[in-house]
Amino acid sequence: MAEQGHEGGYRIYAVTWFWLLAITVLELAVVLLGIPKVLLAITLIVMAILKAALIIAYFMHLRYEKLSLVYAVVVPMFFLAIVLFSGVGPDALSVFNLRR
Amino acid sequence: MSTEAAEQERVLSSEWGGGRSPFGINWPKLMMWLFLAQDTLTFAGLLSAYGVMRLSIGRWPHQAEIFSLYLVGAMTFILICSSATMAVAVAASKRGDHSKVVPYLLLTALGGLLFLGGQYYEWTHFIHEGARLFTNPWGIPQFSATFFITTGFHGAHVALGVLYLLATVWRWRRGRIQPESVEIAGLYWHFVDLVWVFIFTLLYLI
Repeated sequence: MAEQGHEGGYRIYAVTWFWLLAITVLELAVVLLGIPKVLLAITLIVMAILKAALIIAYFMHLRYEKLSLVYAVVVPMFFLAIVLFSGVGPDALSVFNLRR
Repeated sequence: MSTEAAEQERVLSSEWGGGRSPFGINWPKLMMWLFLAQDTLTFAGLLSAYGVMRLSIGRWPHQAEIFSLYLVGAMTFILICSSATMAVAVAASKRGDHSKVVPYLLLTALGGLLFLGGQYYEWTHFIHEGARLFTNPWGIPQFSATFFITTGFHGAHVALGVLYLLATVWRWRRGRIQPESVEIAGLYWHFVDLVWVFIFTLLYLI
């Protein structure tokens, strides 16, 4: 339920669109800059999460939904990230150590 | 006993006691959200498998030399724009601004088709250079496997999304659906864009 601007209130989408594009351009710029690999990976992942948050909050309207729905949707995603990492992370890291 | 009765009373009068919608949305939209939450699992699985392989192999072809970042950047641009036009279509359908709904839905579908065109070009180019599902000229078989499988899964989502959008246009024009159905189609479309954010970042840029 959009609370703000019922008439001609498409501005929020234009603003979201602008920021998504701006972050994308920044992402490409960071890649072309040639900074150290680990720093690059962290910067890019933070930017990707920012873009994802913009899409979910404004395009998918989750910001205007009830808090119960927000929790029902967002919590499993974090939970999933933790489960996936604890499942595959140790394997990846152990091979990483073996190689060294 | 009285505390039990009081507890029962408390639950029944809460939002979860029945007769109310605890999430504040109707079931079709809730089902779409749940579907998207589980579809996240599909892509999270693919992307984390890619992460594990890439970390454990230790070397990886330099993507910027193989893929055109300009093409991928343009595809990202198109997908973001189509997501914005979808958001406008959804808002227009809800606000009764009906002259905007069909054109913006069609623009969104066009964005999806352009994206698929870009992907077709990219795949053709990649295959011409000798990449196959399990072999490629860059010496790391997992490289082309992750590329084809991950972008293939995403491309299939885009293709289905375009069909879904066209079906939505058709049903909207015949007056068979409510604004809520347009919104649900929109949720799916934004999710496709959302997944691309991560594929673009993890597969092409890092």
